[in-house]
Amino acid sequence: MTEREASPTGGSAEGGSMDAPLLEAPADAVAGEVVLRLTDVVKTFPGVRALDGVQLEVRAGEVHCLLGQNGAGKSTLIKVLSGVHRPDTGQVEWRGEPVSFANPQAAMRAGIATIYQELDLVEDLSVSENAFLGHEPRRLGFVRRGHMARRTRQILGRLGHAEIPPNRMVRALPAAGKQVVSMARALSHEARLIIMDEPSAVLAHDEVGNLFRIIRELTAQGIAVIYISHRLEEIREIGDRVTVLKDGRTTAANLPARDTPTRDLVNRMTGRTIEYVFPERPADATPADADLLEVEGLTRAGEFTDVSLRVRPGEVVGIAGLVGSGRSELLETIYGARRPEAGTVRMAGRVLRPGSVGAAVRAGMGMAPEERKSQALLLGEPVYRNVTLATFARYARAGFTDTGRERAEADRIAESLELRPRDVRRPVRTLSGGNQQKVVVGRWLLGDTKLLLLDEPTRGVDVGARAELYQVIRALAERGVGVLLVSSEVPEVLGLADRVLVMREGRVVREAPAGELDENTVLDLVMAGSLMEGAAA
Amino acid sequence: MSDVTDTSTPERPAQLPAQSPPVDPAETAAAEQRGAGRLSWWRGEGGEGARRNLWLIGVLVALIVIGVITRPDLYGDSSWVWSNILVILKLASVVGVVTVGMTFVIIGGGIDLSVGAIVALAGVWATTVATQSYGAGGMIFCALAVGLGVGLVNGVLISYGRLVPFIATLAMLVAARGLAAELSDKQTQVSENTTINGIASTNLLGIPLLVYILAAVVLAGWVLLNRTTFGRRTVAVGGNPEAARLAGIDVKRHTVLLYALSGLCCGIAAIMLTAQATSAQAAMANLYELDAIAAAIIGGTLLSGGRGTIIGSLLGVIIFSTITNLFAINGLTTEAQNMVKGGIIVAAVLVQQVQFRSLTQFLGRNRLTTN
Repeated sequence: MTEREASPTGGSAEGGSMDAPLLEAPADAVAGEVVLRLTDVVKTFPGVRALDGVQLEVRAGEVHCLLGQNGAGKSTLIKVLSGVHRPDTGQVEWRGEPVSFANPQAAMRAGIATIYQELDLVEDLSVSENAFLGHEPRRLGFVRRGHMARRTRQILGRLGHAEIPPNRMVRALPAAGKQVVSMARALSHEARLIIMDEPSAVLAHDEVGNLFRIIRELTAQGIAVIYISHRLEEIREIGDRVTVLKDGRTTAANLPARDTPTRDLVNRMTGRTIEYVFPERPADATPADADLLEVEGLTRAGEFTDVSLRVRPGEVVGIAGLVGSGRSELLETIYGARRPEAGTVRMAGRVLRPGSVGAAVRAGMGMAPEERKSQALLLGEPVYRNVTLATFARYARAGFTDTGRERAEADRIAESLELRPRDVRRPVRTLSGGNQQKVVVGRWLLGDTKLLLLDEPTRGVDVGARAELYQVIRALAERGVGVLLVSSEVPEVLGLADRVLVMREGRVVREAPAGELDENTVLDLVMAGSLMEGAAA
Repeated sequence: MSDVTDTSTPERPAQLPAQSPPVDPAETAAAEQRGAGRLSWWRGEGGEGARRNLWLIGVLVALIVIGVITRPDLYGDSSWVWSNILVILKLASVVGVVTVGMTFVIIGGGIDLSVGAIVALAGVWATTVATQSYGAGGMIFCALAVGLGVGLVNGVLISYGRLVPFIATLAMLVAARGLAAELSDKQTQVSENTTINGIASTNLLGIPLLVYILAAVVLAGWVLLNRTTFGRRTVAVGGNPEAARLAGIDVKRHTVLLYALSGLCCGIAAIMLTAQATSAQAAMANLYELDAIAAAIIGGTLLSGGRGTIIGSLLGVIIFSTITNLFAINGLTTEAQNMVKGGIIVAAVLVQQVQFRSLTQFLGRNRLTTN
């Protein structure tokens, strides 16, 4: 399972039969013609090999689905295709010619449009102004508003949404309408390939059907669509062929979307090529009698509902769930960074004041948030000041900071975490992602942290530093610190945690000791509603 | 306080003598061990700030050279040069005090447009007949209390009322001037108190008392920013408010304190300005907010927060008053002066951007080599 199961050429024969039901092929787009071919594309970032040999083949008029876990390289791949990144090695062939897009505009001009999850529309401009943003039809420097509106109406008609007035402010449209405008923009560029990054994530259930209708309209016109979604039921409904990515590699190319068994798809997404090295769990997991953290019926509308959980001293509890399952919001609420609508958080038996980070920190909580750079670090400040950000006041005497002591403490932390480079006076900005994360975690090794909340602690962290972070987390637990860990990487949760909670759509759907769960079971639960039904079929 | 000197050893020295690349052997060795010896010369925030301040001293020297060239007759007389330096410093003193408070607010990620209005309100309030009846102590207390109080209102509106700092302090600018006009009945209120008036005319060891006050405020500001938890919180809150909040720092409370500090500085400035004019009126300290913001920016304070130095701001104020002085001794108009000041602000920001850009490129290169 570690090597590629199908090369793009090998797989295309079976996949070819699955092409979109073409109603009418426009003269300029030959049905089934290969428009995009990626061969051995590699893209590395400092410390991370984001793409490590990607093969992809997309044909005109098909819906090509990309499947893969978080961190498999889907986002990087999109960015390579849309001209944001340039591949280090490997070839991108667009309509038979090798290409390298210098910037997103170049990709757009070549006919590749990308619709991101966060729609990049200008809310206070009209539909037609958004559709033609940056390439407005002009005459003598004046925008030809009438012409623009007419063409927008025409495009919206092609999308089956002639009812959207071109002069309506985008702000006034619902999410689904905004998505249509994004697609109208793609068509205004005469796009031949539209990449959709989890387009259904922003839509209500009944709006997804409409999205699919639009996608079918597009493919019927010979436009190719790359469709990314975690929901397998959607892939089965709209997709023609599937390419599976894992750890930056193509593990399977051009599988028929409709009748590839779910088990096959999941297997190709899981099973590591990268060895995760997890520290041994202590053999005698002696659960302390008292609970360290008790969360009771915690609720925030639209984020999570009625969540109860417990963490004992020295226990690592893992929460598995997708982005949007409410896991990060839950962690922030426990930490007091968000105010719950209902429910209580107790530390060592005492109820914490809701919505107060200060109270949580005083009670012995610490958190390494999801977004390292924007939520945890002062990038221009030296490492030691970042390490002591939560504790500098404790070392101060009568309000005067003791930088000597701070540096000594930070040095000690840097030593024990094997921070590289070791020098704590360097600005944090100059460190790699893994070492920045060590700084964030190291912050809570100072002071008397009793419970550490970790949100995606290894995101953007290279393999070596990961193993070190795992060791640190385990060592903390052995010292009696409770750890509550959130990760979208299932193997990480299973390998590190003593007990696992699975979250889906804001609810805890399963709780079990890590030993009783395996990766496929958890993935099934995490994506349920799609994979489970798929498996039954 | 005895520990202040020894704790400062490794980091702060880098701030002051950073004009030459560091020769600290331990530092170079540590850096070389990483194969990144080139990084050491600017290492530490202090070194970075010092290099910017060095640039400002260069500007100051250039201005003096221009003075020498245009008025060699005056600069030939050493006693005139000394007294002229005192004139410049005295000119800088009031705005300088306001700028110290402003620097804290800007480093903390905010802006205070109401400083000029607070100075006026505090000055007017301190010189009402009723207040003057309490004597010099009562007047000083009144000015400080008014400054502090208005600053607190600013801070509470911004922190807890969630108003944008620009809007909240703009509103305060209008309101405080209005209240000052109301209190003074649009009249100039003469200060009858000789102690207060004496603040501006007293010299100690040949140096005006106003300059001592500026020095004391700058020193206190420097210590507060660089040596206390308050200063550390200020940098954290301005540099990354979310990170500060998630580290357990009470960002809202600290923001209130920052504006209160700025208001307090305005109260001090109000006494100084009232003493100089021996009177107060609602239109006093006009456009001080712009002078203070400009001086802080020239001094290298990042308008988006998280970075800045008190020394840089002080140099910014001194550069401005040197320009004013330069134009005065050459008999040129204030209009021309303002144009030059505008040019200097633009030039200062441009220079800093270029520095910053080369710095980021440099870091980008370095990052690739460390991995």
